[in-house]
Amino acid sequence: MSFPCASAATLRDETCAGTRAAADTVDAAVTRARAVGAGRDRLNIFVATDLADAREHAAAGAQQMSDTAPGLLLGVPVALKDNLATLTLPTTCGSRILAGYVSPYEATAVRKLREAGAIPFGKTNMDEFGMGSSTEYSAYGPTRNPLAHDRVPGGSSGGSAAAVAAGIVPIALGSDTGGSVRQPAAFCGIVGIKPTYGRVSRFGLVAFASSLDHVGVLGATVDDAARGLRAIAGHDWLDSTSAELDVPEFHLAGASPVKGMVIGRPKEYFPESLDPRIRDRCDAALEHLRALGAEIRDVSLPNTATAIPAYYIIALAEASSNLARFDGVRYGLRVEGDGLRGMYEATRSQGFGAEVTRRILLGTYVLSAGYYDAYYRKAQQVRTLIAADFSAVFASGVDVLFTPTAPTTAFRIGAVSDPYEMYLSDIFTVTANLAGVPAMSQPIGRVDGLPVGGQFIATHFDEMKMLTAAYALECALGAEARA
Amino acid sequence: MPISIDDVRHIASLARIGLSDERTASVVGELNTILRHMDALSNVDTAGVEEAIGVGARGTPVRGDSGPPIPLAVGLDAFVPSLHDGFLLVPRLASHESTDDA
Repeated sequence: MSFPCASAATLRDETCAGTRAAADTVDAAVTRARAVGAGRDRLNIFVATDLADAREHAAAGAQQMSDTAPGLLLGVPVALKDNLATLTLPTTCGSRILAGYVSPYEATAVRKLREAGAIPFGKTNMDEFGMGSSTEYSAYGPTRNPLAHDRVPGGSSGGSAAAVAAGIVPIALGSDTGGSVRQPAAFCGIVGIKPTYGRVSRFGLVAFASSLDHVGVLGATVDDAARGLRAIAGHDWLDSTSAELDVPEFHLAGASPVKGMVIGRPKEYFPESLDPRIRDRCDAALEHLRALGAEIRDVSLPNTATAIPAYYIIALAEASSNLARFDGVRYGLRVEGDGLRGMYEATRSQGFGAEVTRRILLGTYVLSAGYYDAYYRKAQQVRTLIAADFSAVFASGVDVLFTPTAPTTAFRIGAVSDPYEMYLSDIFTVTANLAGVPAMSQPIGRVDGLPVGGQFIATHFDEMKMLTAAYALECALGAEARA
Repeated sequence: MPISIDDVRHIASLARIGLSDERTASVVGELNTILRHMDALSNVDTAGVEEAIGVGARGTPVRGDSGPPIPLAVGLDAFVPSLHDGFLLVPRLASHESTDDA
């Protein structure tokens, strides 16, 4: 599938040169959204849009150009996941409990986008509070994959991935707690970056699991995603976990050579049970990198098999705490009940969907007296082991790792009903969240006409190396990436 | 040990989530299925392994003891239900005792 939307670089250059008006770009995005059926009755990509607001931002960008040096994303429309706080559009996290909620403050990532000249273009559908891998668990109903309408786009940032894959915008923001940017990127045949923990401020990102949550970027190409990341990265006073480090020019990473780079192929990510066609696509990608002068080295991350249970124990424990704030007093929905406790229970039982309820209950259980040591403490110890695996392999001279992003291609809507089976969609992505290392997915070919994603993982704050390999692989694959 | 229906009632109470009897019964099965997979962690040897604290090589950075700028785009009075002598007034809850203030 080609992307009818121009690249971020082209949109910026043409806007700067005066050959394209930002308002026309907004209109083109609207036209494209209508043409592909982005509305509720078909793909169900957006949960809120305000075209007048988008046009105002386009005009503000034009003003910015005349006042200061043009920003990196001048005139580029960017879709936003519905868990990023915005000042004019509602922020509902795909949940009934936040229906109609409009934040009095703006997420730092969104502010930085605007300051870079980008045009916020609508809020996208998502699994409720980021809890899901298919964008089926949304109060607004499922989003459909633009490449195969009977299939899911992945999740939880499925609406953002679909907006890019459908060619409506070249860049979208998502969030990635266990793979929620990379897995939908893989399912939709686009690029998704989860940066290092601390690289991008989470201020204004509605919390799911605070030690695992990241704001991430989805792009039609490596360059689109790299530019989006460059625009939103950097230290922020408003996020205490934000790192005080200079931000590299991520979109220039392609200028560095892959020759001499050591790329690790961790055997635990290529188990016997892996679909051989996905394995073949990964190995073909590695052969391209070898041909460019990279050394491909077999490595081991021995604690990978324990990642899914450890991840879900930690994520659900943190979620049960974070989502306690939605009690009918301060935000959104309130359902009257018998007294204060009755109001809490009625609000939360009617406001949260089935999957969020299940996760809150599990998270409460693993933190409760008598079970904390067996579950939560144990999971945090396993997390130490998983992080140590990454440290050891990068200390041994490996520059980046390469793995499949997901064990399957996009599955049919409604095909996965067992919650734990859904959790296994994240089997290759949760490790990077547990360790806080950067990771990204990019298209490396197709199986039965459906996209396959390949994942690069680098060490902390070394997104440049990951992007250097990704630019090179994208160039080497050419049309093969989407064939 | 599997979760019982009483366990589910207890954690639902802790989580302030109201569950019907029918839903409580189905949740027992759902949670036990998931926890069976999570019990795999009990086989991992973690003797002497520290629990993870913070994320990444740097952990959580320590910052100066000063407040960040207030990020609100509008004044408090623009979105809170009501202000009274600098305090926020929120909607009365049904179970609250009657008082004279608004």
